[in-house]
Amino acid sequence: MREDRNSNILSSSGLTRRTALKGLGAAAGLMAAPGFVRYAQAQSSEPIRIGFQCHRTGIGAAYGRWYERVTTATAKLINDEGGINGRPLEIVIEDDGTDPARGSEVVQKFANQHKVDLVYGTLFSHVVVGSAPMAGELKIPYYVVSEGYHVASGKMNRYCVQPGITDVKAQVRSVAPWIADNLGKKVTLVYPDYAFGHDHRDFFEPAIQAQGGEVIAKVPIPPTETSFTRYFPQIPRDTDVIYHVMVGPAVLTFVKEMGEFFGSGGPQLFGFIDSLEAVDINSPGLEFLEGSHFWEGMPRYAQPDQPDYMTFYRETVGIDENGASRNDPQDVSTAAHMFGCWETLYVIKAAMETADYQGPDDRTKLIEATEAMTEMEAGREHPQGPKVFNGKIHQVFGEQNISQVKDGKLEVVHRTSIDDGLYEPEADYTTMSF
Amino acid sequence: MAFGPYLLLATLEGLVTAAVLALMALGLSLVFGVMRVVNVAHGEFYMLGAVLAWWFASLVSGHPAIGFLLALILSPLVVAAVAFIAERLVLSRLNYEPEATIVATIGLLYILQQLALTFYGPEARPVQAPFDMRISLPWFGYSAYKLAVIAASALMMLATWVLLTRTKIGLVMRATQFDRETAQAFGIPVDRVYAGVFALGAALAAVAAVLIVPIQQAHYLMGLDPLLLSFIVVIIGGLGSLRGTVVAAILIGLSDGIISMFFSPTLAKMLATLLVALVLVFRPQGLFGTVAR
Repeated sequence: MREDRNSNILSSSGLTRRTALKGLGAAAGLMAAPGFVRYAQAQSSEPIRIGFQCHRTGIGAAYGRWYERVTTATAKLINDEGGINGRPLEIVIEDDGTDPARGSEVVQKFANQHKVDLVYGTLFSHVVVGSAPMAGELKIPYYVVSEGYHVASGKMNRYCVQPGITDVKAQVRSVAPWIADNLGKKVTLVYPDYAFGHDHRDFFEPAIQAQGGEVIAKVPIPPTETSFTRYFPQIPRDTDVIYHVMVGPAVLTFVKEMGEFFGSGGPQLFGFIDSLEAVDINSPGLEFLEGSHFWEGMPRYAQPDQPDYMTFYRETVGIDENGASRNDPQDVSTAAHMFGCWETLYVIKAAMETADYQGPDDRTKLIEATEAMTEMEAGREHPQGPKVFNGKIHQVFGEQNISQVKDGKLEVVHRTSIDDGLYEPEADYTTMSF
Repeated sequence: MAFGPYLLLATLEGLVTAAVLALMALGLSLVFGVMRVVNVAHGEFYMLGAVLAWWFASLVSGHPAIGFLLALILSPLVVAAVAFIAERLVLSRLNYEPEATIVATIGLLYILQQLALTFYGPEARPVQAPFDMRISLPWFGYSAYKLAVIAASALMMLATWVLLTRTKIGLVMRATQFDRETAQAFGIPVDRVYAGVFALGAALAAVAAVLIVPIQQAHYLMGLDPLLLSFIVVIIGGLGSLRGTVVAAILIGLSDGIISMFFSPTLAKMLATLLVALVLVFRPQGLFGTVAR
């Protein structure tokens, strides 16, 4: 054993002439390689590099996969149409494991190692909250496609913007009047016991009270829970509507057990589709959802009256009329959220063109150009619908869909207006320094 | 809801947890008892069992019971085969050194988990229960399948007990557990016993997974929580003691069901962890374990 160790030390300590020559040769080869010379050329023909912080693994993996597909499809489309400022777009992907600590490291890696122009694409709120300070410190723009209220709350920093997807506070305010008018006024909330669920809890209650309704019980559920029957006795008997918003792999169990518990005589259900993103509505056990209602950012199922740009979007990202992958009908998309990637990339494109973005030195100009945006018309760049951007809180506002499960499909029954979701800004990022 | 039905629901939920936990922990305990290997990858065998159950069930059409039964038979066999190969290729070459095997099974954990992510994907996918029946009680409805899980788990444990105490294979296993070298001196092929036990342990986890997968869904990260709970059960019951494992599983399952319903799930987990600490301090061999020689 000891001899082994000694021989190892001996062999690794000496730098022989042969290894030195090898190293020199390798270095020379690297310099001569075509990839290396490229950087010596003028900057303007270099691609614009966007670092995509992707939930490839961890609990967000199903979302991550579709975010990645939409991002790739959008980048290809933008490149086919001439790129940004005449420069091609290049997406650099790093997996953050849906983990805040790793997310912060990924931002660091993007800035220092990959030297990207900006970072983009994060969904899960805890990863955004964990990564945004690093983005602010490294002064790199951070375009998130999350949903939580954290960006709009003013608690992030000037580099963190959310121009492609609406936030929970606006979504909740949009749907509350419809719930009170159509489903009932006594609501029990069932939500995951962390930031995302707390957003729903905190914003839904005042919103339903404004409609003359009330929240009669709140049932927080730990995010790692796998069995739910034990929580259902907490739902009062006189509940009109159960408002549920669960995330993670256990949501199917949640719905199934709720069906077993209540049978056919239970309260009305209103859910956020977050519960069932990437899950087939016709999965065994989900029959109980027939007739219930969901919020959807963008409809999963192709709607009969959808505009052409929506059809174009669905074809480009590769989903069929049931919102599943064209290659595999079992592979259901996260349609209600992933459009945010498409729209965010187009916002980045528009902002870069306005700011005449040349490189990392223009990062502050890019943020200012984004902040200056206001109305965004529905169309190819914004297939989900028209939007209004509030530069003060770095948050976009838009229309929401309320859909009903009919014959195993989601059918849009109501579309809220942008005004339904607007609220008083509580912050002003534009007064913060870069 | 009144106290009576509330308690009934809590007990039923606790028993389902206990049933699955007991099977899973039995596998872990068996592997440790006979081989003295702490199998950190045990949870991944459970996950693999669930994922394969989904795959087998989706192969056949027709009545859901056919797919489920196919999964119940084939999934544990495939998982056992994977475990057998892993044992031959990795653990036996490390001479079952405690530290090395822990690191090796951690490696195995990541390999299995990432393979599942690559080939199965990140979604949670359900398997249809072999029968769909809702028992309608005056206060709440309950799934009949969950009751069947409790019964099936009890049967499996009985079968394992018979195997260990009434058959020659069981005798050989117990002899190996009692004293490896003497067993070898008496002509017992210890190597093959080890491989068999490792495969059996994994198969038990897979059976637990097939039973649970119509209630929960197959997901590539599903192995972690049951692994931790199994460790808790095995430590409380005494590593290597089957009786202790079953008693501890029922204790943990029921307390988890009842405490988390009347108080909070976090408190239930805290109490279980506290119990582990107390057992380790005051009775390190576990409630039913014997002192290691």
